[in-house]
Amino acid sequence: MLKVTIDGIETEVAEGTTILQAARQIGGEIVPPAMCYYSSLKNSGGKCRACLVKVAQGSARDPRPMPKLVPSCITGVQDGMVVENITNPQVLEARKGVVEFLLLNHPLDCPICDQAGECDLQNFAYAHGMANTRYEEERRTFEPHEIGDKIKLHMTRCILCYRCTYVADQLTDSRVHGVLNRGDRAEISTYIEKAIDNEFSGNMIDVCPVGALTDKTFRFQSRVWFTKPLDAHRECSKCCGKVVLWTRGEEVLRVTARKDQYGEVKEFICNECRYDHKNLNDWVVEGPRHIERNSVIAQNHYERIDLQKLKLEVERQLRFQQGKRLNESNNIPS
Amino acid sequence: MGKRLLLKDIDVPGINTFEVYRRQGGYASVEKALKTMTPDDVIEEVKKSGLRGRGGAGFPTGMKWSFLDRKSDKPRYLICNADESEPGTFKDRYLMEHIPHSLIEGMIVSSYALGANTSYIYMRGEFRWIFPILEKAIEEARAAGFLGQNILGTGYSLEVYVHPGAGAYICGEETAQIESLEGKRGNPRNKPPFPAVVGLYGCPTVVNNVESIATVPHILNMGGDEYSKIGIGKSTGTKLISASGHINKPGVYEIELGLPVEEFIYSDEYCGGIWKGRKMKAVVAGGSSVPILPADLILKTAAGEPRLMSYESLADGGFQTGTMLGSGGFVVMDETTCIVRNTWSFARFYHHESCGQCSPCREGTGWMEKVLHRLEHGEGRMHDIDLLVNVAKNIEGNTICPLGDAAAWPVAAAIRHFREEFEYHVKYPEKVKDPKHFEKEPFVPERVVAATA
Repeated sequence: MLKVTIDGIETEVAEGTTILQAARQIGGEIVPPAMCYYSSLKNSGGKCRACLVKVAQGSARDPRPMPKLVPSCITGVQDGMVVENITNPQVLEARKGVVEFLLLNHPLDCPICDQAGECDLQNFAYAHGMANTRYEEERRTFEPHEIGDKIKLHMTRCILCYRCTYVADQLTDSRVHGVLNRGDRAEISTYIEKAIDNEFSGNMIDVCPVGALTDKTFRFQSRVWFTKPLDAHRECSKCCGKVVLWTRGEEVLRVTARKDQYGEVKEFICNECRYDHKNLNDWVVEGPRHIERNSVIAQNHYERIDLQKLKLEVERQLRFQQGKRLNESNNIPS
Repeated sequence: MGKRLLLKDIDVPGINTFEVYRRQGGYASVEKALKTMTPDDVIEEVKKSGLRGRGGAGFPTGMKWSFLDRKSDKPRYLICNADESEPGTFKDRYLMEHIPHSLIEGMIVSSYALGANTSYIYMRGEFRWIFPILEKAIEEARAAGFLGQNILGTGYSLEVYVHPGAGAYICGEETAQIESLEGKRGNPRNKPPFPAVVGLYGCPTVVNNVESIATVPHILNMGGDEYSKIGIGKSTGTKLISASGHINKPGVYEIELGLPVEEFIYSDEYCGGIWKGRKMKAVVAGGSSVPILPADLILKTAAGEPRLMSYESLADGGFQTGTMLGSGGFVVMDETTCIVRNTWSFARFYHHESCGQCSPCREGTGWMEKVLHRLEHGEGRMHDIDLLVNVAKNIEGNTICPLGDAAAWPVAAAIRHFREEFEYHVKYPEKVKDPKHFEKEPFVPERVVAATA
């Protein structure tokens, strides 16, 4: 077991754990944001630079700090490593910079984008970004392309996290889509106008952190926070069959796989479960899905609030805020 | 005339053919290495020579070779980085075109030292005409028994392949080059793991520049200690400098490291001074990625010492008052040059060449180019200048590969040393509408005008 200290909190992790995974093990505010890393997808991570952290001490054996900020999603923990994250102003500046870069060519589509309310970029920008944009130039756009009858591609919104290409590589055996061109003209595309039609293609919608890949069957039907998510399952020969049904009354508006608290799907579902069973009777409903309180979807007040848990959470937040203010008064950057 | 090793025989007619090259002493190092030295002996000589990577980073070659993972039982590879795409650099092309056998000889002894039986020369696709030149040289070497199975009866076998690229500067970055050789997109990988452990096809790999590899035979012929006596301090040996710009004699020059910059620029033996009787304004000493320096700082350090052509001397003063030797792409600019236009031109290059994987470089290079475009065409505003510095700071160090740094440094350096020129573009937009705006009347900073008034 290796010891690692992140923002002053120590924990022990197994060999081969990355800094991000160690932070997630601790939980809370010290978890670095991740826009391209996805734990269920091999080879993901290291691209968006949102998870950059400062390694103040490499290990107990070699205590030199690492000269540059490192991406925590792909950097392995060494015994005695000391990592700085929200306690380091350089890291926070770098994160602000990354948010700014991601939003540079990203269109202001939130009012019409289906992903609003469950968008990783919205959450990231809200937590770590600036209120205004400094970019006054023309933004790059793409002509719309069709990639199938179930998935809508808005290439202008894409932040090139490459997650969808990894889904294709991992869940199917034919390479049907990838990245063309270079730089900010790089685009996710299929090989010469083919449609994506394999059995697990719908999972691209779940892994996409922004509204670039969305469900055509759900398009413009409802804002996500007006729906009630229910955990459900069914017998399926192709996949695990465990899904979330997003309902409005008795109507199932869409079906997605289950995401954990970091927005990652652990068990992918097949296209039949996703698109072909929009009737509540097709499913065994387990109950309301627990959504984190700070998510806008939880505002729909459909789940009974566990007051005890809420009290503990609020107290924890207050303690954390107090700690930050104490640091401010001592002129320690926080 | 300074010592010449790589270009010693450049004027001998037919030096590009095997016969003449062999007659001039070529391939002697192959015999020496394969018959009388072990691979470790060769690595030791290169370490003693103090040779530093000639592609731009200046990393000690012997040390890089010693990082190669020997414990793994996977095959090892040597890749020659002939993807010369750094703006201002054209020395590798010169060497490959005119003395191709020097590279082949270097590949053989270097592969032997590293224990590689298959080596590649990754050559940029735009060097279309050099491809048959190198292939012919390989065939000539094979026919003479220097390549293939059981070279010279020593039991060592080597195959060298030339692999042309397809027009991407990013494929000059070692991990992107490896990805490209594997047939994938030229996207750089995150490091660690380094290519010496996980490289081509996941096997231990070393990537070296053309000039570095071509120098190894000379090191073996004269011995590492003798080689280290040439040059100065930690900058040992000779370097090929691609001199271009507003000088009287542009071209490729081989210099002994430690040559004073002033002599290099003004002596008739080298660049022959600034053309058309003009004055020097600025110099980019090592390819577009290194910081630009004004004339006074390129000739002398901030402390007043004369600057020498060496890794240490050019880097004296950090980026505040210094620069880097880099790849040796020495671009000289006279007083009619517009620094803003030059910076925009470089920014356009980096924007075009960014691979697009990481957000700072993908978006930041485009942003800097667009702002510089507006500044150069008279549509800039005063806050744009500080904006550029801030964007450059946000890119630097936060990217997967050094292309982000290479894009940020020139912009930051140009504004650091020539801020008034940028402000001039904002204050007098009508005067910069003509693209040749400083040609009739060179830009003079206001403090100079005030001082002489």
